[in-house]
Amino acid sequence: MKWLSDQALDRLRAAAEAPDLSGTGYVLLDKLGAGGMGGVFRVEHTALGRQVALKVMGIADSSGELSARLLREARIIAQLEHPGIVPVHDVGTLPDGRVFYTMKLVQGRQLDRQRDELGGVPERLRTFQKICDAVSFAHAHNVLHRDLKPQNIMVGPFGEVLVMDWGLAKLLDADIPADERNAPRQPPRFDENTSKDTAHGMVLGTPGYMAPEQARGDIEAVGLRADVYSLGAVLMFLLANSGRTAKALSAIAGKAMAEDAQQRYGSVEELGNDVARYLDGLPVGAYPESPVMRLWRWVGKNRAWILLVVAYLLMRAVFIFWRGR
Amino acid sequence: MGRTGLQSKGSTRNHSRDFSTSGSMESRRALSIAAGRRTLPFASMEDDVNLRGQGSFPETRWSLIAAVRGAEPEARQRALEILVAAYWKPVYKYIRLRWDKDNEQAQDLTQEFFVRLLEKDFLARYEPQRARLRTFLRVCVDHLVANEDKAARRLKRGGEAQFLPLDFESAEGELQQIEIPSPGSMEEFFEREWVRSVFSLSLERLRQECEQRGKLVHFRLLEFYDIDEGGKELTYEQVARQFGLKPCDVTNYLAFARREFRRIVLDQMREMTGSEEEFRREAHALLGIAAP
Repeated sequence: MKWLSDQALDRLRAAAEAPDLSGTGYVLLDKLGAGGMGGVFRVEHTALGRQVALKVMGIADSSGELSARLLREARIIAQLEHPGIVPVHDVGTLPDGRVFYTMKLVQGRQLDRQRDELGGVPERLRTFQKICDAVSFAHAHNVLHRDLKPQNIMVGPFGEVLVMDWGLAKLLDADIPADERNAPRQPPRFDENTSKDTAHGMVLGTPGYMAPEQARGDIEAVGLRADVYSLGAVLMFLLANSGRTAKALSAIAGKAMAEDAQQRYGSVEELGNDVARYLDGLPVGAYPESPVMRLWRWVGKNRAWILLVVAYLLMRAVFIFWRGR
Repeated sequence: MGRTGLQSKGSTRNHSRDFSTSGSMESRRALSIAAGRRTLPFASMEDDVNLRGQGSFPETRWSLIAAVRGAEPEARQRALEILVAAYWKPVYKYIRLRWDKDNEQAQDLTQEFFVRLLEKDFLARYEPQRARLRTFLRVCVDHLVANEDKAARRLKRGGEAQFLPLDFESAEGELQQIEIPSPGSMEEFFEREWVRSVFSLSLERLRQECEQRGKLVHFRLLEFYDIDEGGKELTYEQVARQFGLKPCDVTNYLAFARREFRRIVLDQMREMTGSEEEFRREAHALLGIAAP
């Protein structure tokens, strides 16, 4: 056997990792990245001539647990038809038994790389509102994301925002509805009982963005407010590097990230509404104002009118003074 | 980082040729050890290789660690053969570079290490939940070399010593072709050599399988593209002409060979690991992809 150079080892690794798409209707173009469960590749649907992203497990599993997880992820996303959530097109099984699904090929950059390009605080907050809209929509469909972080949020060239990577998503319903259990076109082995949820004590998520109850592995306590916590951390990330942060915004992020889940916003919608109030110059729920602060905010909000009135009064005073002479 | 420029001290021993890894018969010898003289228990051509997959998955036939520790002599022997085949070159090269031994000393120590592995319940102390097998073996090698004097005395006793037919000449030749790793990256070096060893064995097995199934051209295409990087500058049409194929066959044959290579690599990992979790960890390390 020939001696294998380091370059040959790398090529063989890449060849062994690349999905064999024979018989799937797709051809491989290149690798986009790697996630927790496997890789994401750019592929082309040969019949439609359309490029899509294909997510595939790294290795087939004998228990079927990971296959079920990936399939479950695809099904969850498929139920969430929202402009802020990447749409799933197809699901299937590779010749070697690995489960894959395809989704829209998102053109854009991860939020952690795009933040500084977003502009000032108002632009950043509007991006944050779009994230809240998508997550709030998922919550309305009883889906928790559980891994919200800048790396899982894509920002497109026209400011569109997509929440990605629903691999750790949790269904709040006890069961996936029967009408969602239709077998995929090429059904992989799928035992829904194996992966409906994470076992108690297991920690899944990203440190720094995980709610305390999630970091403790207290799965039963992880609810909507765990995503609220993560969004608070995302808000903090967005506001960092943007100059002095207004106290009201710090208070919003602080409330979202409260240690005690009951002290946080009750829903992502509430969090988003508070941010909207801030953008509109209205008082925010997370920050009780004193009368002076209220006056100051009122002045800030009506600065143009106040300046006009003050200018008018000054001119009037000058005019009266001049006539008095 | 330059070439090693390692110089062989002393002649390569006569017993070394038996572990060559070139050619069909030679490779069969390479995958056997002196005592056993049997081929490794790799999947035969009659194995049910479901190319379409459809959820197929290579079953765990047996675990190397369990077999080595087990009471059944035949299973133990086969497990040790696999262990030696996959690890002897990384161990030899590691001793040469990490411990700066000349080739004769490194040969003696490698022999001593694997003879101990074969003779004693060496792996009884191994706990899969605490460390990877190759980490355990590397630490054992370090321990052995650190107590080199004792090992040397044992070897000098002569009568007790057994020798495995390891092709040190080829391992020495490979050492001339790699860059000397820095002292701080010897662990990575050992890992890389392990990957090289496993991939080499997998390719040899793929070659044998393709040959037996009359699909040697599939293997040659993989060799052309992924080992020699010969296809980089050529179109599929040009490659097809070179191999006497239709252009569409090039992609199909290459996909087949790569798929089979992956299957064989993962099969080997299954044989070398004791649990699903360990298998997944090792397979991900081998293929260089993120662990789940």
